Amino acid sequence: MLESIKTFASHFFVTGDPMIYGADASIVLVTVAILFVLTYFKKWRWLWDEWLTTVDHKKIGIMYALAAILMLFRGGVDALLMRTQLAFPNMHFLQAEHYNQIFTTHGTIMILFMAMPLMFAFFNIVVPLQIGARDVAYPYLNAVSFWLFFFGAMLLNLSFVIGGSPDAGWVSYPPLSELAFDKGPGENFYLLSISISGIGSLATGINFMVTILKMRAPGMKLMDMPLFTWSILATCIIIIFAFPVLTIALALLFIDRLAGAHFFTMLHGGNPMMFINLFWMWGHPEVYIVVLPAFGIYSEVVSTFAKKRIFGYKSMVASMMLISIISYFTWTHHFFTMGSGADVNTFFAISTMAIGVPTGVKVFNWLFTMYRGRIRLTLPMLWTIAFVPCFAIGGATGVMLAVAPADYQYHNSYFLIAHFHQVLIGGVVFGYFAGLYYWWPKMFGHVLNEKLGRWSFWFWNIGFYVCFMPQYALGFMGMTRRLYTYPHGLGWSSLNLVSTIGAFMMGIGFLFQGAQILHGIKFGKRDTTGDPWDGRTLEWSLPSPAPHYNFATIPQIKGRDAWWTMKEEMKQPGYKKEPVHIEPIHMPKSSGRPFIMSVFFFIAGFGLTFDWIWMGVIGAIGVGITLLARSFEYDTDYYVPVDEIERTEAALGRL
Amino acid sequence: MKLRTLLSRMKWFFTVALATVMLTGCNGQFVVLDPKGPVGKQELDLIILSTVLTLIVIIPVLIMLWIFVAKYRDKPGNKAPYKPEWEDNKTLEIIWWGIPIVIIGILGVYTAKTTFALTKPPVQNVAPITIQVTSLDWKWLFQYPGQKIATVNYVEIPAGVPVNFVLTSDAPVNSFWVPQLGGQEYTMPGMALTLWLQADKPGSYLGMGANFTGEGFAHMRFHVIAKPQSDFNAWVNHVKQTAPALTKAGYQNLTQPSVTDQMSFSSYPDGLFEATVNKNGGIYMPMQQGNMKKEDTPADNNAMKNMKMGQ
Ligand code: HEM
Ligand SMILES: [Cu+2]
Ligand SMILES: [Cu+2]
Repeated sequence: MLESIKTFASHFFVTGDPMIYGADASIVLVTVAILFVLTYFKKWRWLWDEWLTTVDHKKIGIMYALAAILMLFRGGVDALLMRTQLAFPNMHFLQAEHYNQIFTTHGTIMILFMAMPLMFAFFNIVVPLQIGARDVAYPYLNAVSFWLFFFGAMLLNLSFVIGGSPDAGWVSYPPLSELAFDKGPGENFYLLSISISGIGSLATGINFMVTILKMRAPGMKLMDMPLFTWSILATCIIIIFAFPVLTIALALLFIDRLAGAHFFTMLHGGNPMMFINLFWMWGHPEVYIVVLPAFGIYSEVVSTFAKKRIFGYKSMVASMMLISIISYFTWTHHFFTMGSGADVNTFFAISTMAIGVPTGVKVFNWLFTMYRGRIRLTLPMLWTIAFVPCFAIGGATGVMLAVAPADYQYHNSYFLIAHFHQVLIGGVVFGYFAGLYYWWPKMFGHVLNEKLGRWSFWFWNIGFYVCFMPQYALGFMGMTRRLYTYPHGLGWSSLNLVSTIGAFMMGIGFLFQGAQILHGIKFGKRDTTGDPWDGRTLEWSLPSPAPHYNFATIPQIKGRDAWWTMKEEMKQPGYKKEPVHIEPIHMPKSSGRPFIMSVFFFIAGFGLTFDWIWMGVIGAIGVGITLLARSFEYDTDYYVPVDEIERTEAALGRL
Repeated sequence: MKLRTLLSRMKWFFTVALATVMLTGCNGQFVVLDPKGPVGKQELDLIILSTVLTLIVIIPVLIMLWIFVAKYRDKPGNKAPYKPEWEDNKTLEIIWWGIPIVIIGILGVYTAKTTFALTKPPVQNVAPITIQVTSLDWKWLFQYPGQKIATVNYVEIPAGVPVNFVLTSDAPVNSFWVPQLGGQEYTMPGMALTLWLQADKPGSYLGMGANFTGEGFAHMRFHVIAKPQSDFNAWVNHVKQTAPALTKAGYQNLTQPSVTDQMSFSSYPDGLFEATVNKNGGIYMPMQQGNMKKEDTPADNNAMKNMKMGQ
């Protein structure tokens, strides 16, 4: 009995590596510390009432952002471990198995549990405020989405200490990811965690599409919407069509693994190529899912800090819509070398180059928004300016990769690694940083320290080029990706060392940002105006942070740059403020069910990961019951009374 | 603002970085930029063309960014024009929708041409040779259907002769890549894809697996040794006389996950390659054998006909 428990435990808990013992210890310590702090300060009630059960989109947005920043840390540590291993030839820092797990979790976490939730943070924090709405279309569903993402991410992170991490790459191509070659639970962790959080992503796409189409303040025509909101609309369209494809692909692979089906095996008529096609039918649109919101952020930041209307608004909208369509006709460029005919490769080569046109157009429009403007070099603007050359080069190498015959030489090499990090970091991460700095006051009510921010900016930027430019060269030297080690004498050593140094510089940049956040919590200057940047869109008409009902009275919109126009009006001589007429506001009630239901999803996911069907069934029953309970609930909303609104607004100096 | 001191401290760093790039460059280790055969050369031409064409867009962007940020800073007393309402200009927009379209038109034409060209033998007047490649966990098996010999982790080819590599895998999907001869192609279980490569001159060229296949993947390197035809023939004879035969059991052994050294075999079981493809399904799609002349594989003619993949 004792023996069998022992063997079980030694398979269940990953052991035998100091790094994992370290992780174990820190997980236990952090958990104990959190439990202690919550109990000592009697914060359990507060945590439950204010956060775990909230359906307020602004709070959900903040939770998304915090979780994403934590995941950026985790993914970043992975990156530094890999770069350390690659710093010198024949290093013995990580074993092959361990390296493979790390690049798999790094890629998965960065794309699905860092970029996606950070993007959803902006959806939540900004969109309703920008369109003059009191809430999102389905607040309850919104909470469900968040908790599904959260527990999906937890499930993947758990794999590091329990059972073992996935190691077939973040794309997990079969047959490598089939049972025949990959026994352990790692691959199941991957499949289930992404599937669980993917349900949430799809729901968010639907939620915000409806919000944008249905809940705009009166007078706001589609062509009056701020470009950020436009970018989210384009993103939602892609999400709605792309995520079901991923869900199906992963489900089929999971059925192969759990039930011995043969969708993607090599035998009994299965076809691994089908998975690769399905994966990238989601995967390529996915890169536009994460970069379009960043484009939206750049548009807002450029016009605010160049103090000028955005140049070529119609072009900007058209280009985003074009991108959202063309992104579905490019997926084959991820496997030009998989033996499609020359005709197929040519088609996808040209469609891929074509997507560069609308993307390039946006860059010129941003440039000409700065032209004849008045540029303030604040942190959001700095990141935007740094984005332009980085993304221009990354976009150019993207066009180079699209040339199918040339891609035979780049495919799976470090040239590719350099390219996609350049667009993912230079395009997506820089953009989200710009967005965080820009909307931080709106989220938390204080402004972050400039000086620390500038240090971080320079470390990130210089570190970026030091890290990734050598990798283009390494690609030309024939270095392939996913190598855990390489020998002397291929000429790869010095460039790899340089690259590692650059990675650590970015790590320092991240530390400065951590310091900046802590500094902000303690000393951050309060934003009392609600409009610290002299903004142009509606969110800046509200106090920072906005009250839970957002707008005491819904604004009337007359054209683009709504808040800017209102400010201009107020400056007119003889402007008289209209008397505010406050009515009770209809709001959704908090609910613990999204959280509880996601816990059941987590239980089901964990059980299925280890093929414990009984546990999967328990989880599924729990999910079913919570769903059922919800459909019998009638008391889901309430009215904020007028006097409470008046008190709040008066305290904010708004009456 | 301590930016300047930071930058000056960074300077030595850039000097070192640049110097290393230059030094390694001098060793001729940029294999992709130093092709030794017609396929690699055509691909390099496209790499250069695409670089030049994209620079036409990038350089103006960088220059404009620099000038605009410098000129339109929000400083007291900045005399540069300020037009907060200016938001539209048809001519400008036509220019930056139009120029990229033209560039992509040009690049697209050359891309299409080369893509089609690479499906044919690089030279038409020399009879090609066929080599069957199987990626295993974690080694490369090469079979010469015309010569009836086999090698592991190295492959010899006659220089100046187009080589038709027929690729499959008896393990997860890998990719067969010899950068100095030309770009890669996937090796997939149950399929046989073709890749034309050719070495112009004798030499030894590094090849590798480019698609991740698990633990031993990092060690899947091999050498392609190009020799004059007569030396190649001599090498074939030498292998035939000195090397052991590859048996069915021997092949089973090779398929076990392990990293191995180079090996040579004087013969191999009839139809081994075709059997490997069939064993793993072999029905996914018609083999891309359109360009492969039957007479290149005299010994295997029968086996080829019996393959199920043509369905
Ligand atoms: C912050 C600095 C970063 C560094 C230093 C870094 C470094 C690395 C390294 C060393 C690899 C493994 C390359 C290989 O062996 O094939 C890798 C892979 C990858 N990275 Fe990053 N990375 C960073 C940020 C990011 C970000 C922000 C994203 C996405 C938003 C990202 C997405 C990926 C993906 C998708 C892979 C491929 C994983 C796979 O091969 O399965 N990385 N990165
Ligand atoms: Cu195939
Ligand atoms: Cu793509």
